[in-house]
Amino acid sequence: MNMLGSILGTSPELLALFVVFGLVVGVLFGFFGMGGSFLVTPALLMLDYPATVAVGSGMAFVFGTAVIATLKHHDLGQVDYKLGVIMITGTTIGIEAGRASVYYLESLGLAGGVISVAYVVLLGGVGAMVTRDALRGDGGGIDHESADKALSEYEIPAIARTIQQTVRIPPMVTLRGDIRVSAWVITAVAFTTGLLSGFLGVGGGFIRMPAMIYAIGVPVPVAVGTDLFEIVFSGGLGSYLYGQGGGVDLGIVAPLLFGSALGARIGSAATAVVDADGIKVYFGGMLLVGATAVGVGEIGSYLGNPTLELVGLVLVIGAAVVVALAILYTTVSSLRVRHRRQSSLAD
Amino acid sequence: MAGLALPSWDPETALLIGVILLEAIVLYVGYGGLERLVGPRLMKLLVGGDEHAR
Repeated sequence: MNMLGSILGTSPELLALFVVFGLVVGVLFGFFGMGGSFLVTPALLMLDYPATVAVGSGMAFVFGTAVIATLKHHDLGQVDYKLGVIMITGTTIGIEAGRASVYYLESLGLAGGVISVAYVVLLGGVGAMVTRDALRGDGGGIDHESADKALSEYEIPAIARTIQQTVRIPPMVTLRGDIRVSAWVITAVAFTTGLLSGFLGVGGGFIRMPAMIYAIGVPVPVAVGTDLFEIVFSGGLGSYLYGQGGGVDLGIVAPLLFGSALGARIGSAATAVVDADGIKVYFGGMLLVGATAVGVGEIGSYLGNPTLELVGLVLVIGAAVVVALAILYTTVSSLRVRHRRQSSLAD
Repeated sequence: MAGLALPSWDPETALLIGVILLEAIVLYVGYGGLERLVGPRLMKLLVGGDEHAR
């Protein structure tokens, strides 16, 4: 069987590397609620996988991760299925346009380079934004405590209110939290983020989630849950399309998922113990290092210098490992401090 | 320029995606059960205490 052969065909060292890398990515995803997945495609590119396999397998990994996370958010009642279904149309067309662009660039022999440059810009941009917010103390990313608030308590951002009042092209739809918005606004947000998903093999959540909050005006927990529900479909379709072209390697996806599902549980449990703001600056730093690593690897590949390519790979994996270890260390330390305090109170 | 392609039915690819979906569900349920079984004991080992897994 081809699929079993694909897993068995992967060397034990590589399988172990993928499980450990999946665990690291899972801890980051579970803790920050975003970001971990877009480390996978650059790492695969640096391991010399073809661009279509790196993007296709990255997308299949995102699909599996989204299935697991959606099951959890469904249990918490944080998925707006109506919004999700509308967004799927725009995202589907966007993903297909992005995927067609990758194949076109590959036929020109430019895919690896262009995707790497896009990653440098995107990781660098998001990394700089998160670091700036963390240093300012604004937080950034997901507010984990927000899940405890009622949906009606959320204030609609000013920009979303302006969009809701000015763009009133029918059909208008009512979403959870009594939000009325034009279906066209939802479709435009979905298309743009789908284009990025198809092009880069990422879930697009780190762009779609803020877009849902700031352009559509949905409450944060609903944006998180609905985004994940939507990624199940977009990631599933994207994986299917890449899979048809031989771009999904189960020998990569299965061990990554095996590690990340466990890591996500650990990362998610850690949010209940550790203050995320203190670690966000490391997260921003990790994205910046990731951007540098992809740049260094690409220069190495352009110059035919394998040492530079190896430096890039070590940088991108090393940065993710350091942040994941920082989360685990801080969590265990916080738990021990809490335990000692409770013990002395009991005495 | 590569045109936009409509997905055509491919049983082998559908099976591949199905396997990933199944793996995800099995991992969600499996790790959930494992967390309930081993979680409290692991927390005890890590913090040297008993009750505060959460």
